[in-house]
Amino acid sequence: MTAPLAAVPALLPALPELVLAAGSLILVLIGALAGSSSQRFVQAMTVVVILVAAGLVVGQSDVRELAFHGAFIVDGFARFMKVIVLLASALSLVMAQGFLNRQKANAFEFPVLVLLSTLGMMVMISAHDLIALYLGLELSSLALYVIAAFRRDDLKSTEAGLKYFVLGALSSGMLLYGASLIYGFTGSVEFTAIAKALNGHASSGVIFGLAFLMAGLAFKISAVPFHMWTPDVYEGSPTPVTTFFASAPKLAAMAMTVRVVMTAFPDIAGQWQQIIVFIALGSMGLGAFAAIGQSNIKRLLAYSSIGHIGFALVGLASGTTNGVQGVAIYMALYVLMTLGAFACVLGMRRGDHYVETIDELAGLGRTNPGMAFGLAMIMFSLAGIPPLAGFFAKWYVFVAAVEAKLYILAVIGVLTSAVGAFYYLRIVKIMYFDEPKDAFAPLDGTLKSVLLVSTMIVFLFWIWPSPLVNAALVAAQSLH
Amino acid sequence: MNHLLLGLIVLPLLGAALILLTSDDSQFGLRNIRFTALFATVLTFALSLLAWKEFNPASADFQLVDEAAWLSASIRFKLGVDGFSMPFILLTTFLMPFCIVASWVSVEKRVKEYMMAFLVLEALMIGVFSALDLVLFYLFFEAGLIPMFLIIGIWGGKRRIYASFKFFLYTLLGSLLMLIAVMVMFHEAHTTDIPTLLAYKFPAAMQTWLWVAFFASFAVKMPMWPVHTWLPDAHVEAPTAGSVILAAILLKMGGYGFIRISIPLFPDASLFFAPLVFTMSAIAIVYTSLVALMQEDIKKLIAYSSVAHMGFVTMGLFSLNAQGIQGAMFQMVSHGLVSGALFLCVGVIYDRMHTREIAAYGGLVNRMPRYAVIFMIFTMANVGLPGTAGFVGEFLTLLGAFRASPWVALFATTGVILSACYALWLYARVVFGKLEKPGLMTIQDVSGRELAILVPLVVLTIWYGVQPGAILDVFAAPTEALLKSTQAAAQAAQSVASAVR
Repeated sequence: MTAPLAAVPALLPALPELVLAAGSLILVLIGALAGSSSQRFVQAMTVVVILVAAGLVVGQSDVRELAFHGAFIVDGFARFMKVIVLLASALSLVMAQGFLNRQKANAFEFPVLVLLSTLGMMVMISAHDLIALYLGLELSSLALYVIAAFRRDDLKSTEAGLKYFVLGALSSGMLLYGASLIYGFTGSVEFTAIAKALNGHASSGVIFGLAFLMAGLAFKISAVPFHMWTPDVYEGSPTPVTTFFASAPKLAAMAMTVRVVMTAFPDIAGQWQQIIVFIALGSMGLGAFAAIGQSNIKRLLAYSSIGHIGFALVGLASGTTNGVQGVAIYMALYVLMTLGAFACVLGMRRGDHYVETIDELAGLGRTNPGMAFGLAMIMFSLAGIPPLAGFFAKWYVFVAAVEAKLYILAVIGVLTSAVGAFYYLRIVKIMYFDEPKDAFAPLDGTLKSVLLVSTMIVFLFWIWPSPLVNAALVAAQSLH
Repeated sequence: MNHLLLGLIVLPLLGAALILLTSDDSQFGLRNIRFTALFATVLTFALSLLAWKEFNPASADFQLVDEAAWLSASIRFKLGVDGFSMPFILLTTFLMPFCIVASWVSVEKRVKEYMMAFLVLEALMIGVFSALDLVLFYLFFEAGLIPMFLIIGIWGGKRRIYASFKFFLYTLLGSLLMLIAVMVMFHEAHTTDIPTLLAYKFPAAMQTWLWVAFFASFAVKMPMWPVHTWLPDAHVEAPTAGSVILAAILLKMGGYGFIRISIPLFPDASLFFAPLVFTMSAIAIVYTSLVALMQEDIKKLIAYSSVAHMGFVTMGLFSLNAQGIQGAMFQMVSHGLVSGALFLCVGVIYDRMHTREIAAYGGLVNRMPRYAVIFMIFTMANVGLPGTAGFVGEFLTLLGAFRASPWVALFATTGVILSACYALWLYARVVFGKLEKPGLMTIQDVSGRELAILVPLVVLTIWYGVQPGAILDVFAAPTEALLKSTQAAAQAAQSVASAVR
């Protein structure tokens, strides 16, 4: 009896993940036995499980701990990212309820799948070797494929699910191919062992593998040129699913990307920096220009997210601790703004009928001043106008880029943000300058609170930025 | 340490918060909103007078400094004023109540949002003029775009959407390059604290790039030829009070930026680029004056005349001598009063006739004698008639420019003549002539409320024309300090050049 018990402390670092895993298994049982009437209960319990896991993550110490023979790591970076992923997942679930009820789409599988996907993301964030990375990625992606096609009878939703699946499978294949090349040329899958084996020198095989690995990762964070799925999946999926897609998985994938390049390939930064600079430029440019012509708000936010991933990558391109700090701040604020924006998208409904065209927002400043003000502030913040939070997000990543002497990247980056400002302004213009249309139904309480919190933080961040900035610094320093 | 400057920023924001909580669905509520806004601005003005009392104009140091921890150890929330910034703060707080009163009846829709936007804008403008940290400066500088965008876009005229977008994107694009420059400076000097940076010497090659980046932002804001085209559109479409703020204060941010950042921090580059600025200023003065002659819209004409006057400012600043800099500062303050007053005068007749076409007016002197007198005084001040505030600035900047480059001064002087042409011609067409237009037959002279706005401005315009020392003394100390540092740089550059030879 002593042997199994002795193994328990070794699993402790993964306790939040174990809670999520156990929770999802129990909840799927409850759902299966109690039928679809249990949806509300399962949904509420899912949120509770996620919050318990978040509490456990907060309670963990900042000391670096390894588990599963070095495949799984818990450090300050992992904790920072996990807390935000868990909060984002919980909030997307809370925000989904009203939509699911009205659309009669309340199956208990939805919260369970979100839970499983969140578990996958936790593993991605904590992955310390290529196998754990793939494991987490696939667990999270498989759940996401299913919820993209969650509304089986809806043509667009199934199309979105299928597209996401086919392209996702392709990217997973590339990632695996890259991983196998790296294993072949370095003799290890563990990140620190890879770094040691490389010893500052990259053979062409490793570079080849790195490029494939980056391609797979770029797909997950929807960076150019692997972004094609994003607008269709954003538009086609039911809005609560899009809300989820836009927040937690993006953050987890970005965290994973940062960890891979910073811990497995720190000494050959020159090699991957070129790739990151290229995809950052591409993403910022495409995000700025392609969003101009969009009329569907979900599609517009999809292009906007591509652009924002580009901005976050500017921080990573610097390859420094400050850069990683910038990425952490950027992604945290981006998730916050995205959730706020989607609270408004979920609130675009007249009666039980949801609308998604931007023009429907016309005159919102008069018909629903609170919602319009919140969305306007989030739009200005996404455009990076001070004193809103989005400006500080940009500040930290661009300072890191300037410090790394990536002047061209920084200049092109700020210029694209001026282009991007145009379409964010367009939304403000439609809400405030145009003649009102019929009023939307009042916002649900949950949506209202999410929007309120998001707007408050966006609006007041400049007064007291230090908590997030310091937490991100601790996270970034733990990668070294 | 005292918190007067912080109070100046917070007070209007408190007013805005109060208005946010006031209901606007009854006549009574609207009245409350208007009075809250008025009280907030008047209180802010009173507080700024208190700050002025505490302020010692004989010293070139930053005073009333207030700081707190912010982004990091070297990026702090730091406020303070010197002789260059104090007059702008007073100008801002002084004009704000007039803007509120000027919008008393002419703004009918969404009064609540309108007043809030103005109060927030006031707080941000005071912030720009009191920020002693580059990041904080940038924050206030840029944040002003949001309320101004809404003011033009919601309460503007027919082409308001085009004008608001043009205003926003033009200034944003200029400022973003400044943002990169701030980051480079932070990386180089490891601080964004302006007083510390004043002592820091940037390498000459880097100064050039930094100067260009800041120039991109300030030149758009000024606005200098050829990036001035957003201004006429914004002016024409903005509501009266919006135009007043735009002309009187927002434009001054560009000039203030030059004197606060570009010239003292990059003295070598400023010397190097002075001929470029001279050329652009001279072109601006002559070209925009000619353009002003052709305008059919009163507001557009005044907008172009603003661009020409700002040409005098940049010319004076980059002549880099005492007359030029003091003249430029004086010109900015007097232009703030005069152009603001001119837009208010246009507002008076616009509220009655709802058109800004010059051709729609004529013979107003018959029905509106008091208006004719007031408009005459401001027109003369705009032309630069001795005895008005407009003269001192123009004269000093020309004097400064003449010492630096006689040719530029020669060209610029023709601008003075041209300004007399367009301004007097405008006055003649609007006020004199026969009263023939049917709509004008019943037009009313200025009301008591309008008199209350315009008379103080008349008094100040003449007072500062006769007693320019009252303002000039405030600039004297910081100007001297500024010149000392730039002359040191000039001598160093010369000694390097001779050593190379």
